[in-house]
Amino acid sequence: MNQISRRAALTGAAAVIVALRLPGAAAQEVKLPGALSHTPMLNGWLKLEANGHVTVYTGKGELGQGIRTALLQIASEQLDIPMAQITLIGPDTKLTPNEGYTSGSLSMKDSGTAILNASAELRAMLVQAASAKLAVSAGSLATEAGFVVAADGRRVGYGDLVSAIDLDRKAASGTVLKDPATHRVMGKPVHRVDIPAKVTGGAAYVQDMRLPGMVHARMIRPPHYGATLLSLDTAATETVPGLIRIVRDGSFLAVIAKGEWQAVQAMRLLAEGAKWSAGTPLPAQADIFKIIRGLASNDTVILDKKADLPANSRSLSASYRRPYGMHGAIGPSCAVGLMDGDQLTVWTHTQGVYPDRAAIADLLKMPPANVRLIHVEGSGCYGHNGADDAAADAAMLARALPGKPVRVQWMRDQENTWEPFTPAMVTEVSAALDANGKIVDWQYGVWSNTHSNRPGNGARLLASWHIAEPLKPQPPTAIPQPEGGGDRNGIPLYDIPRAKVTSHFVPEEKLRVSAMRGLGAYTNVFTIESFMDELAQAAGADPVAFRLAHLSDPRARDVINLAADKFGWNTQASLPQGHGRGFAFARYKNLAAYLAIALEISVSPETGEVRLIRAEVAIDSGQAVAIDGIVNQTQGGVIQSASWTLFEQVMFEPAGITSRDWRGYPILRFNAVPEQVNVHVIDRPGAPFLGTGEAAAGPTAAALANALAHATKLRLRELPLTAARVKAAMQG
Amino acid sequence: MIALTINGAEHKLDIDPNTPLLYALRDDLELNAAKFGCGLGQCGACTVIVDNAAVYSCLLPVSALENRKIRTLESLGTIDRPGALQQAFIDEQAAQCGYCIAGMIMRAQALLETNASPSDAEIRAHMQTNLCRCGTHLRIIAAVKRAAAMGGITRPRAELASPTQGVVR
Repeated sequence: MNQISRRAALTGAAAVIVALRLPGAAAQEVKLPGALSHTPMLNGWLKLEANGHVTVYTGKGELGQGIRTALLQIASEQLDIPMAQITLIGPDTKLTPNEGYTSGSLSMKDSGTAILNASAELRAMLVQAASAKLAVSAGSLATEAGFVVAADGRRVGYGDLVSAIDLDRKAASGTVLKDPATHRVMGKPVHRVDIPAKVTGGAAYVQDMRLPGMVHARMIRPPHYGATLLSLDTAATETVPGLIRIVRDGSFLAVIAKGEWQAVQAMRLLAEGAKWSAGTPLPAQADIFKIIRGLASNDTVILDKKADLPANSRSLSASYRRPYGMHGAIGPSCAVGLMDGDQLTVWTHTQGVYPDRAAIADLLKMPPANVRLIHVEGSGCYGHNGADDAAADAAMLARALPGKPVRVQWMRDQENTWEPFTPAMVTEVSAALDANGKIVDWQYGVWSNTHSNRPGNGARLLASWHIAEPLKPQPPTAIPQPEGGGDRNGIPLYDIPRAKVTSHFVPEEKLRVSAMRGLGAYTNVFTIESFMDELAQAAGADPVAFRLAHLSDPRARDVINLAADKFGWNTQASLPQGHGRGFAFARYKNLAAYLAIALEISVSPETGEVRLIRAEVAIDSGQAVAIDGIVNQTQGGVIQSASWTLFEQVMFEPAGITSRDWRGYPILRFNAVPEQVNVHVIDRPGAPFLGTGEAAAGPTAAALANALAHATKLRLRELPLTAARVKAAMQG
Repeated sequence: MIALTINGAEHKLDIDPNTPLLYALRDDLELNAAKFGCGLGQCGACTVIVDNAAVYSCLLPVSALENRKIRTLESLGTIDRPGALQQAFIDEQAAQCGYCIAGMIMRAQALLETNASPSDAEIRAHMQTNLCRCGTHLRIIAAVKRAAAMGGITRPRAELASPTQGVVR
């Protein structure tokens, strides 16, 4: 397919979205599955060549979650062609569908479902074409390893059918997929395609790019939010060998040098020569929850179930808190930009090439058509970190030095102090139990800033904060239910007759915030699942039995039963001194993967250190494609959440962020790694894909707090559960 | 001019003697494996082996490394012929984003060269300096154990004969 028809396939998508939004139109159109609903043209997703090779296009990026392998498995399965004969092209504003962001555990649901159906349709088209060519009925034909095979043994390679295949058309609805019982690739063990290069020093990351003539840049950031550049002495910097350019636009300040180390040296000298205003003072860290709770909020009632309250019910109430948290990518954000004439290309580990392109075009006042963003993998991001900002920095610097590829990588302290954090949050819950120990009332409130300040408009890029003429900021917005932002998973999945849940969206931001793995679900599930244990205790019930007594969803019950069974859950069984067991469950977003976790911890009586020993996790992500990928993501999700829950909080004082490095922001190291995290996948062949990546975060936090309560009789409701905090609580 | 022995080959580099080894590896020798993570010796993404000890290449100036034997992940094998430890990481699928993995493998290599069958506790203690953010730790430990069980992790012959063995700090 030539470039023009690819563009038509991709831009045609926008027209369809508009058409579907016309009143009445939606009802007449059959909604196509997954991302085909917004990019219905088959040639937006697939290309078949005369040599039988297939190219698959996806708008979802590899972030370390293994999506490339899962998507290849899907295409390979439905097309009956070996994975090695498929090329997968990742997010690129010139080549691939606009799938928004790679976020929300949606890549399988959106892109996976589109590729599943498009591939199956192409296979059906190949069978039809071979039927005509061989003059036999389509029903008598089979497909195998890139060939259509007739009952008499004749074989036609897919490439030989290319002239009869027209992918320049909309996907059909109701495409028949393979019977899952016949799957040979989906749901079968397949090694990840990206790991060999990563373990042998291949060029695997945007950080590894080396374009001809490439030069290196470093940013010099203000010391604090709101600080502006008052004066700049460049004399010492200008003596650095290899220095090419000092770039300044207002308080946006950078150096470009021939070598990377030269750029670092120049950055340090220029930082010494820069004088900044004091900036905006931050609140005292100790006051942050009181401040969040007290700021003006836009309130939305997201659940209101009315019923009479029994007269003899008794109620409990509690409040929970989660501090600001950091994505903490091991590799700081990086991008490469190249301005070639009036065409700008940026290679970036952004989660959304199209929205980031829009923002960068906005920032640089360029037509979006003249800006191309190409996704190249970076260090794992776990949400909206500095990636988009670094891409904008590279764009600004490429414009300042046309014709040369400019690579910029942030330093550790820059990533830590300027990345958008996950917001600090407060929840308040009260519930009532009837005489039989059933929950009869649930009143819940959650207070949070937005969980998405992702770009789309240039004002949200850090560069716009610092240039002489910043773009006009747009007010933050809440992600609405049913996915939700701060109120994600704010509605309990349990059967409760009377319930009210209020989302208090706090527009004013004290620290820079945006999306991090799970958004508000982490805090809401921590709250709900901690409080379920408090209620179970009040009711004198086993925590697992108490949950099951309030849950009718069979898939929810299945993961709970499986996790309990694998753990050997038995509240009568004794544990070693200082040990505790904890349980938790959630269905991510109340509409995606089901996950239950049972775990054991030990608590040091001397130090208060909480140590996760063993976790048994059951997950139902719908139809399982890359089963080891689900296991890997879930193990990682548990361990990362254990790190957030036991160790992590962004430290700050009025003068600024003090979590500038890994000493100021400690995360889990090998000494705190559990002995086992065993993940048990419930496969649902033929069921919709539900996604995996974010399912473990909330339940792990609550299960740890519940195990701590079991071990020590102490209910801690503010995160993190640091050794110091636990020890202080133990000492009363 | 600085002379560095990297992966058995000598390189003469006309660079600032204060340049940390990491930048010489990445920018002058175009080796991808060692990664910039913190520049502070806190995360281990830049780990390489110098004279048989795992070190942070982000902190070591090249001027301190003349006549030392430097090894990077690239010395262990290639994508077509992975070394034993690399193969163990593939077999265990011991990566998510993988940004930390080059440093993890080199740190583990240094351990297995001196202790062919480390205990779980010895592996954890040795790997304590290296951070993984994706939570792949259990698979990293499993990969190190697998490589140990398979045996055959040895120092290159040239390293054994090195007259300048010792820990570089």
